[in-house]
Amino acid sequence: MSGKYKKVAYYPGCALEGTGHAYNRSTKAVGKALGLELTELKNWNCCGAMEVKNVDPKLQTYLSARNLSIAQDMGFETVMAPCNGCYHNLKKAEYDLEHDAASREVNARIAGKTGHTTYEAGKVETIHALDWIKEAIGEDGLKARVKNSLKGLKVANYYGCMYTRPRHIFPEKDQAPGSESTSKPHFMDDLLAAAGAENVDYPLKTACCGGAHTLSDSDTSTKLVLNLLTTAEACGADVIATECPTCHTGLEMHQVRAEKVFGRKTSVKILYFTQLLGMALGLSPRKVGVHENMSDSSDLIRAKGLG
Amino acid sequence: MTDVRTMSLDDIAARIDAVAAEADDVLRARATERADELLRLGEGILETWLAARDETPTDREVEGFRLLALHRQGARGTPSFNACRETCRELVYYHNLIRLDPTHPDTARRLRLAAMVTRHLALFIGGKLEVAGLGEFCCSARPLRQREAGAEAV
Repeated sequence: MSGKYKKVAYYPGCALEGTGHAYNRSTKAVGKALGLELTELKNWNCCGAMEVKNVDPKLQTYLSARNLSIAQDMGFETVMAPCNGCYHNLKKAEYDLEHDAASREVNARIAGKTGHTTYEAGKVETIHALDWIKEAIGEDGLKARVKNSLKGLKVANYYGCMYTRPRHIFPEKDQAPGSESTSKPHFMDDLLAAAGAENVDYPLKTACCGGAHTLSDSDTSTKLVLNLLTTAEACGADVIATECPTCHTGLEMHQVRAEKVFGRKTSVKILYFTQLLGMALGLSPRKVGVHENMSDSSDLIRAKGLG
Repeated sequence: MTDVRTMSLDDIAARIDAVAAEADDVLRARATERADELLRLGEGILETWLAARDETPTDREVEGFRLLALHRQGARGTPSFNACRETCRELVYYHNLIRLDPTHPDTARRLRLAAMVTRHLALFIGGKLEVAGLGEFCCSARPLRQREAGAEAV
């Protein structure tokens, strides 16, 4: 624990105001319980996610850069984005602005037209919610604050794809021992283990869930998710911990769809890592938004004495 | 030993399911044979992808495994193919784990997990053969529709 990231700018992104609201609620609740200060970016905009990036990636770079310029104007050096899509896009914007003159030109041109600060690479660091808690509190700090251990809870940690890929936009990963790994990420494992959980060795922690094609090619997504779920069960997991609203919603939706379309029922539960950490810190399931999840984890939560 | 060169992706998927469904004592008795077979099935899956791109699958190895060389070949020019890089590496890991100690009490479970990893590879490649853009947006941060949209929007 370095004490870094005690006060950071918070970029929730669109998903956390909609389907991922439980992640928003639980991230804020965990931050509060840990004494970490989050200040939401004023007048933030979409990071450019799928829609804009698919059509014009340089416009997406501008949209993400505008959020970084807001953080800069608010006096922050760090912005925390819990959504993998937002985190990935802000990191990609940072990379593009550093390495691509055409991206810098488009960014400066639109920022000039709209009359706000032109963001320049290197001014603001983007971190994920996992970096935030790992660095600001650390495993030892977390252990000291646990009131309701996750002992006996077997967890498969699912990181999805955008947290680690493509590797070149995450220069801080795969560095010194202890840094995050792009091939075998472990920050979520580390934090949940500190809260008492038993992490299972889950071989598909960064495997594709077909997320971006969930509506256009639903059967492929459902089959990929079904394999993620059945593999977690084969590993002995009670719950899959997630750290991305797109992954989380995809797993929940396709768990239901797999039963309806393919007649394959799975019983592994799906919870955000912040919900698990929150309950370990003594927060009620309601306080961390378990009631807002699509899948019902109440039996498991009661059985493990978490609420 | 299964000859994957004559198998379709559906045949391979069916064989993976059959291995995963085998009884523990069968898996334990044929541990190394099954571990090798799953690796070969994985290679067959990647060969299907390369064949669909009119490429001749390589016989070279990376880190001692043809599977990893095939993955590297498949990813050339298609960064989204890296969405299955870790899946391939996990399959190699389980192969090594089982070969290292085939009499380990956990061998049957390890083989089943290896089968599930191989199945994920088959599902991903199957999905990619249907929709080539699978993994483009997320894993390679590449736009899917820029060409359709034409000139830059701004």
